[in-house]
Formats: sequence, structure tokens, C-alpha cells
Amino acid sequence: MDAIFIQILNGLDKGAAYALIALGLTLVFGTLGIVNFAHGALFMLGAFCAVTFQKLVTISVKVRDEGVTAFVAYKEQPYLETWFGDTGRIIIDYSVPLSILLAIPFMLLVGYVMERGLIKHFYKRPHAEQILVTFGLAIVIQEIIKAYFGANPIPQPAPEILAGSANVGAWVGLGNNLVYPWWRLIYLCFSGLIIFSVFAFLQFTTYGMVVRAGMRDRETVGLLGINIERRFTIVFAIAAVVAGVAGVMYTPILPPDYHLGMDFLVLSFVVVVVGGMGSLGGAVLAGFLLGIVQSFASMNEVKEIFPGIDQIILYLVAVVILLVLPRGLMGRAGVMDD
Amino acid sequence: MSDIKKSGVSRRGLLKAGAVGGLVAATPSIFIKNAWAEEFRNNPENSGELKLGFNVPQSGPYADEGADELRAYKLAVKHLNGEGDGGMLNTFKPSMLTGNGVLGKKVTYSTGDTQTKSDAARASAKRMIEKDGVLMVTGGSSSGVAVAVQSLCQEQGIIFMAGLTHSNDTTGKDKRRYGFRHFFNAYMSGAALAPVLNKEYGSDRRAYHLTADYTWGWTQEESIKNSTEALGWETVNAVKTPVGAGDFSQYITPVLNSGADVLILNHYGKDMINSLSQAVQFGLRDKQVNGKNFEIVVPLFSRLMAQGAGDAIKGILGTTNWNWSLQDEGSKAFVQSFGAEYGAPPSMAAHTCYVQTLLYANACEMAGTFYPPEVIKQLEGFNFDGMGNGPTLYRAEDHQCFKDVLVVRGNDNPSSQFDLLKVVDVTPRAQVEYDWTIFGGELGPYEVKM
Repeated sequence: MDAIFIQILNGLDKGAAYALIALGLTLVFGTLGIVNFAHGALFMLGAFCAVTFQKLVTISVKVRDEGVTAFVAYKEQPYLETWFGDTGRIIIDYSVPLSILLAIPFMLLVGYVMERGLIKHFYKRPHAEQILVTFGLAIVIQEIIKAYFGANPIPQPAPEILAGSANVGAWVGLGNNLVYPWWRLIYLCFSGLIIFSVFAFLQFTTYGMVVRAGMRDRETVGLLGINIERRFTIVFAIAAVVAGVAGVMYTPILPPDYHLGMDFLVLSFVVVVVGGMGSLGGAVLAGFLLGIVQSFASMNEVKEIFPGIDQIILYLVAVVILLVLPRGLMGRAGVMDD
Repeated sequence: MSDIKKSGVSRRGLLKAGAVGGLVAATPSIFIKNAWAEEFRNNPENSGELKLGFNVPQSGPYADEGADELRAYKLAVKHLNGEGDGGMLNTFKPSMLTGNGVLGKKVTYSTGDTQTKSDAARASAKRMIEKDGVLMVTGGSSSGVAVAVQSLCQEQGIIFMAGLTHSNDTTGKDKRRYGFRHFFNAYMSGAALAPVLNKEYGSDRRAYHLTADYTWGWTQEESIKNSTEALGWETVNAVKTPVGAGDFSQYITPVLNSGADVLILNHYGKDMINSLSQAVQFGLRDKQVNGKNFEIVVPLFSRLMAQGAGDAIKGILGTTNWNWSLQDEGSKAFVQSFGAEYGAPPSMAAHTCYVQTLLYANACEMAGTFYPPEVIKQLEGFNFDGMGNGPTLYRAEDHQCFKDVLVVRGNDNPSSQFDLLKVVDVTPRAQVEYDWTIFGGELGPYEVKM
């Protein structure tokens, strides 16, 4: 029972990351009709917002490192610590959650520039060309990150108070032996909040209503005198922000490196296809479902019966679902049917 | 006749001189030390330069380690050409290196990017051999790459001085006559680590392995299992994980209820950083199992990687080929030289690459030729010292270096930003030696037909 409970938590956690990336992908596809292979790179850029913020708050004066005697070495003493003492230390400690403040405007800008500067020129081009250009863009972004930050993962510790594990077993009456990292639980709640916000925005605001209408019938909305293109640009920027903040919050779970986006991209596309192209609800549902399936497939008991199943399970489930439901779990008729 | 007499040379004398001259001319060149008439690939005879090929990961997951290897190679070239402070040239013995290039030729180099992919590494090595004319290829940060490039070098008749490669296979079943490894291997890690594990954690332990699913991971798991089971430890489970898995949570959570009280991470690089950080996040180090503290062991530790894992490495035991904190003359000279040049101490990958370059250069000097079969013979069975690992032997039978092995622990109280690993034990060479036949393989011929 313990093992099953922990794998469900794991699956939800993993699924939350898939769902957040897939949500942005679907938003972009549903509004602009663009298959954006650079979306994973946006997740990675978000993660590097956290790295950059940490570097900013730890800008330091170089002082001689007396611990090194073999050669002249320098260590860094953050100005924030020198100037503000404990307050400075707290800001540095909470740099990951605080970096969201940097990530939101930065990702909005990146999304806007990306859409206006490149993506809009490919609206009417075949999907194959969209994939090629966005994939190329993803490679350019990751190479720039590598050039500036190196290739090694850069650890981003969670605030000290949240670095340990929660005794989740005691919460659900499964004993004291069942623990789960605090930060992963926070990530799960955070994902829920972001997903809810995106849905609420689309469902309960006039802006969202117009966007939804545009997703259904762009031409008619245009004929009503609404500049739907402009709204879609903003939607692209919002999708970039969703990917970005998901990346920021993921950094204490997985130290980011330049390849982080690519690691998630392919799986997120599987999630989008399984959920149904263009379906936001489908993307979220498929994200969590595949996360849980993948988590269970990694259990030793399962692998003893089906060796290597954890490597192929997502694709296997995708094949089965698409055979039974060719448009995915919640796909709409007419989307990518041709 | 009279004319000959007039010139002061007798007919008999002329015949004698002719006979002696003929004999000298007819004497096989093998009687003249180290004179080799054979033609070989990229023979630098008619050039004033000797070109070496540094094939390191300049992109991909080990790019930072590759960058450090390249720094070390450039420093080695500098020292070989008589520039800088000479580094380990001053401590290496017995050595014929004088800082005047190699056999009087200036050392130059060409670089390649392995990308830590076997096919890319082979392609860049081939390009360096065929287009750039390098006489020796060296470098790399992965056993898969080392095995692939080593085999190519054997086919091409070019000596390969491996960089960081820890799989038993490199000098075991996949060994080659043209391939040499200075770095230690998984067997040695197991043999060195076992006594320390016994001392620190006792002989009644239950171990759970997470293993990178490729040649290095498999051989390390096997070696560590053999060593720990010999102590009396039980192996509860050994699970293969895909290379670059990223999120290891689904592999770590089964450990929680497995009954194991030790987790052994047969991971390196990014995988090690991620799996170790996540194991700590899941509270494994705070757990008590079977009445004992739960422990994590990382058999192959690197300072560069430790940096990526942050505080998670504190207190974790492992082994390393070399550490910059060593206080022997060779290490001190190298650290000083490297630190002055780049502002940071060298990694163990940088150390092994630097040493390999010097060893090759010295072997050429000893052979008196660049002809690979003769250089190989000089390296085989070569005993040396002053290179940071104490007295070392390049074993002739498998081209594996044998030297003391360092057991290290993630430093709880680092005295500097680089002081991440603390040496807790130096396992003597005799304790990590083994019979070369246990891993099989054939070295192959000295002569390679081109």
C-alpha cells in the first residue's frame, strides 16, 4: 500500500510537469495552429531565470580564498549578505520562489518577441516547416544557454525550511515511514494553481471568451472587428509564461542544464497527442494520467514481469489510446484530421 | 698502379676500405639503436612539428569536464615545449623529457568534439588522424567513447591514450595493443572501497544498486557487488536506469520500502548529480533501517560533479583517481601550475589527461622514434613516479596503470570552494591489483597493415 501511494504521488508530480508544458503547447496549437517544438526550450529558459536570479542576488565581491594555498584563488562574498546580513541571507535562500518575479516579465517578453519575430511568418506554412523552424530555434536557445552557463547542471536549492521531507504517511494513516519531499508537494500544488488560473482566465474573462471563440472560428471572430491576431500573440506570451514558471519551480527537483527542455519536449508532445490536439482539458488529463502510468511502470514488481516496460510504457499507452480514440482522449473533430 | 701509389693509397688499402664500407652499408639498421626505416601513419619525420589529437567532449553532458581536460592538454603542450613552469616535468621520473619538444620536434595539437557519443567520437578521431595528421589521439569522458575510439585507433595504427574511462572493459575484454589507460577502473574502486565500507558501516548491510545502463555502469555494479558481498553484505536489488533519466524519483521510491540500508549509485556525471540530489530530497539520509543509519555510496566521485550536487555530497563515500589536495611533489607542482594558469585546481579528468600526454611524449623519447610499435613497447611495463599517484606501473599485459587508489568523502566542512572531497584513505596498489586474465580480451598485434 505504501509503495502504491508513493507511486501515485510520484506520478502526479511528474504528470504536473508534463501537464504544464503540454498546456502551453496546446494553447499555442489551439490558437495559432503552430506546432511549437521550441516550447521545451521555454521551460528550460524559465529554469535559467531561476539560475540568473540566484546569480543576481549572489553578486559578490571577490575576496582571496585563504583556504587555497597552492595558487592565488578567489571566493565570492555576496553583497546582499554583506549589506543586509540576515535579510540578505533570507533573500538568497528564497531565490527560487522569488525568481518567479523575474521569470514572468521575461517570459512574456520572450513569448512576444518569438511570436512577432518568427512564429507569425509560419502561420500559413505546413506543419513540417513549423516543426523544423521551431526545433532549430530550440537548438539555438539551448546552445546560447550552454555558452553562458556551461553544460553541467546547476543546483538550485529549495528554501532551507522546505528542503526536507513531509511525513505524508502519517497524514493518511499509513505510518511514519512514508515520506515525500516538501518541494515536490509544493510543485504539485503550484501546478494545480497555474492550471486552474489558465482555465479560469479562458473561462471567466471576456478576453478568454474571445480567445476561445477564436480557437473555434478565427475567421468569424475577425469579421466581428476583433483583432484576434493580437490576442493570440498575448496567448503565445502567456503560454511562454506558463512554461517558464513551471521551469522555475522545477529547478530544486532537477538541477537545470541546457538540455532540460529537450528532455521534456518529446514526452510532452506524446501527452498533447494522447490528450487530443487542441484540447486543454485533454492535455492536463493526459499529463497526469501518463505521469502515473510511467511511475507505476517503474516499480520493480512490474519490471520483473515486463522488463524494460518503464522505457516504452508512454508510447505503448499512446498507441493503444490512439487506436481506440484516434483524436485522443478529448480531441475535437476537425483538428489535424486532414 | 703507379698512379695509385702516387696518390698515397695502395690497391690493398682501397679494397679494404671498400669492403668495410660495403659491410657498414649492408649492416641491418636494427643493429643501430632505435633506427627505424619503417613508414607509418602520420610520420612527422619531415616536419618540424609533432601533432597530437585531443578528442574531448566539447558539447553534450560532459562538456565541462571536457573543457577541463582541454585545459590540461594545453598546459601539457606548453610544458613539453619548454614554456611555463614545467609542472610535472620537474617531478616525473624516470623521464627523458627536457622541455625541448619531443625528439626535438615542437608539439602542436588538434582538437575534436566527442559529444560523449561513440559515433561522433570516432568521426572526430578519424578526422584528426586522416585530415589533421595527428600521431596520437587522447581524451574522452566516457567508457563507451573510449572503447569505440580505442578500436578505431588500433585499426588506424595510431596510439590512443585514454582520458577518463572507468569501465573494466576498456582494459579488459575490449583492450587493444594501441590503447592505454592511466585512469583506474571499477574493479579497483570496489577493492579500495570495500575495507572502508566495512570499517565505517560494518559487515551486516543490505545494499540496493541503481546502475547506469551501459558498459561502465554494468562493470561497476558487478565489481562493487563482488566486493561488498565478499564483506558479507547482501544485495537486495540492482536496478538499471536509463542514461540521462533526469528524474530518478520512480527509481528511488522503491528503495524506501525495500529493506535496504545502503543505496549504491553507479551513476556518473549528470545522472549522479540528479540521483544523489533526489535521494537526499527523499530523506534517505535521515532514515533508519534495520536499526542502522541509511547510507548512500557513490563509488566513482569527481570534484567537478560534486560541485553540481551541492550539499548533497556531504558525508558520501566514494573513490577517485586523484584529488588536487594531495601533498606529494608531483600533485603540488601540477596544481600550482594549473591553478596559476586557470584560477582553479585541476579535476581528476584533467590530471589523467595531462599525465597521459607526458607519458606518451616520454615513451617516444625513450624509443628514440615515433614509430608506434616501439613507443608501445616503451609504455608496456613502464614503472614511473612523481605524477601524483605514487609509484605506478603501466602493466604490459592489459595496458592498465596500477597505482594507489583514493577513497574520499564529501567534505562536511570545506575550507575553500574547491575543497569538496576529503581523502579518507589511500588504498595501496597491491590491494587493487588483479590477474589480468579475469576480464578476458586480446591486445592484438603491434604491426598494423595500412
